[in-house]
Amino acid sequence: MAQVEKDSLTGTDTTGHEWDGLKELNTPLPKWWLYVFFACIAFSAVWVVLYPAIPLQGATGTTGWTARGAIGGIVEAERARQEPMLARLRSATPAAIAANPELRAFALAGGRGAFAINCAGCHGAGGQGAQGGFPSLADDEWIWGGSMEAIQATIQHGIRNAEDDAARTSMMPRFADGVLTPVQINDVAEHVLSLANRSTDAAAAGRGATVFAENCAACHGEQGRGNRDLGAPNLTDQIWLYGSDKASLVRNIGYPRAGVMPAWAGRLDPATVNMLTVYVHALGGGE
Amino acid sequence: MLEIKAKVQPAVATTAAAPSLYAEHRKVYPKAVQGTVRRVKWLILALCLGLYYVVPWLRFDRGPGAPDQAVLVDMHNARLYFFWIEIWPQEVYYLTGLLILGAIGLFMATSLFGRVWCGFTCPQTVWTDLFMQVERWVQGDRNARIKLDAQPWGFGKLVKKAITHALWLLIAAATGGAWIMYFADAPTITRQMLEGTAGNQVYFFFALFTATTYVLAGWAREQVCTYMCPWPRFQAAMLDENSLVVTYREWRGEPRGKARAQGIGDCVDCAACVNVCPTGIDIRDGIQMECIGCGLCIDACDDIMQRLDRPRGLVGFETWTNLAASTAAAAPCAPGPERQRAGMAARRVPRFIRARTLVYLAVLTTVAGVMLGSYLMRTTLTLAVIRERAPLFVRLSDGAVRNAYVLKLANKLRDETQYALVLEGPRGLTITVQDAPLDAQGHPLIGSRADGITQWRALITAPPGLHLPESVGVHFRLLNAEGHEATSTGSVFLGPKP
Repeated sequence: MAQVEKDSLTGTDTTGHEWDGLKELNTPLPKWWLYVFFACIAFSAVWVVLYPAIPLQGATGTTGWTARGAIGGIVEAERARQEPMLARLRSATPAAIAANPELRAFALAGGRGAFAINCAGCHGAGGQGAQGGFPSLADDEWIWGGSMEAIQATIQHGIRNAEDDAARTSMMPRFADGVLTPVQINDVAEHVLSLANRSTDAAAAGRGATVFAENCAACHGEQGRGNRDLGAPNLTDQIWLYGSDKASLVRNIGYPRAGVMPAWAGRLDPATVNMLTVYVHALGGGE
Repeated sequence: MLEIKAKVQPAVATTAAAPSLYAEHRKVYPKAVQGTVRRVKWLILALCLGLYYVVPWLRFDRGPGAPDQAVLVDMHNARLYFFWIEIWPQEVYYLTGLLILGAIGLFMATSLFGRVWCGFTCPQTVWTDLFMQVERWVQGDRNARIKLDAQPWGFGKLVKKAITHALWLLIAAATGGAWIMYFADAPTITRQMLEGTAGNQVYFFFALFTATTYVLAGWAREQVCTYMCPWPRFQAAMLDENSLVVTYREWRGEPRGKARAQGIGDCVDCAACVNVCPTGIDIRDGIQMECIGCGLCIDACDDIMQRLDRPRGLVGFETWTNLAASTAAAAPCAPGPERQRAGMAARRVPRFIRARTLVYLAVLTTVAGVMLGSYLMRTTLTLAVIRERAPLFVRLSDGAVRNAYVLKLANKLRDETQYALVLEGPRGLTITVQDAPLDAQGHPLIGSRADGITQWRALITAPPGLHLPESVGVHFRLLNAEGHEATSTGSVFLGPKP
């Protein structure tokens, strides 16, 4: 072991290790570098004591530092920074917010975030809606109204929400449950198609007009243009929540569906509701 | 070609204790030296340090509301100022270009003149040189310092050491302080630092750069070059037989011996070259990784040769090609002036124009040209159009199809201008921009805040009955008050499958 050999070519000591005839030269590491390693080890020991380093629940370091605590502080500070702005948003009406460029910019940015968290699940990331009765908020058709006030009321109280007395409710009867015969439903579907000039059976559409006047016009209007106070959609345009083909119409007259939206007044603070109102209004369909 | 000379030594097996795997630190005591190279080094040192300390204090008027510091990296507002140049974060490729220029420039300088960067301009060399000079002023030259270190600790030694380290720390603090000034307004941050009102971040970086300067230039010195810096390890790839390197002219110096001895070479083995070396090596051992090419051994040897009335240049900047030619020419001669003349006569002007230097030059020119071109063609107004993809398009109640776009108008100037937005695309498409007023022709007027980005939301609508393919190109053109196009950006308009 204590054999020291000099390499004949370089004159350098070898470490005494040999692999298949190759001898490793001893190129010593400077000692200070070794001490840097020791210092690092010492540093890590101190670190383990001060900071949470042991992967066990509740094993915090002596400083009590946690990543959650650190971010919590930042969030608190940001909240405090936003508070004056939020206070103004709380007390202003959505229309007043939209009229003030500073408030409007803040509300659009804040509304975007709140929408992504609370609304996008049903209405889509860009308010495009989704199949199955989740209406688009980006088009120009509104079942319950697209003014600032109407949007705010919808967000606050929801739709067909049994838990909120102020929530607006409409219920289309199930016409297949003994109210209309299948032939009548077929006829009235043809009539609805004819409102947009899409009917292929003029005779049936003509018969359906009578059925429509007796059963549907009360809510959807004589011309089928709908009634926002009752949440009765316009049947003459090209936006259909549950499908525009005849089979969908027949199905929806016989066994109508109706979506439910929860009330947000209790879950979100008034400032957030106002920001959402301004944001949804600006998506492209605000009136 | 290069001739690798190996000192073949007999394989000796001894029974001494196993060699340590860790090397003790051998302190280097470089001796003061005078000469041409030393003068050039002082000049470069003064220039580099002068630039470093003074530049943050230069002022440049950019008008109200803008920083008046000529060179400033404003992290908070994401701007980089260099006199009349203002760089935004999205133009960070200029920095990439500078780094490429720096790297290729370094390669080229190395292949031409050897390790001039290491020996003359590297911050490690420059600050170490300054720290060594301070050491010399306080503790004396090489021999005095060796003696002082060997002395037992006493009052005199303590005072000398304390003054040295205090001066080092002072220079280090000035260095760390100057670094901060490149990232904040120099007069303001200096006042804040002295008053103790600067932020923790400022003090942290101040302390960091003070500590690294003090440790690297005061303590680590040649250890940085030998063990920490990657550059000496791969610079061998840039050096070739036509690169100038600091070399001992062995053909002239050997066999070395006493000045009055007969039949020996010019090297009198006085060790002057070894004593002045900042990395503590012997240049006569040939080219070595530890040699930073500072050339101080040239000055030291020239001084000795002059005193002995012998020609200077026993150590010099020389190429391997010339060295080989000299060696061959000098071989037949006996040691003496004749051998010296024969060897020196065989030298030729180094070949600076070589394949590798031409390649480096081409890359340098190309990158510099691309950067200059891109800077000259740099626009101060850019329009980015981001098509909203959720939803891809909206169908309106009358059957019309609408697309939404976010327009980001970036204005790199310090004044606001309004532009008329004109849509180019299939006939029938109409554009509206939320919150934008209309001009006399009915075009939306959009602008951007000074030195910033303003965001607009545009809606393009295809009326019912307009039969368009699934995707058509549209062009957003911004016209200035004279009706000329200021900038334009393309995008697409999507609709249902026809």
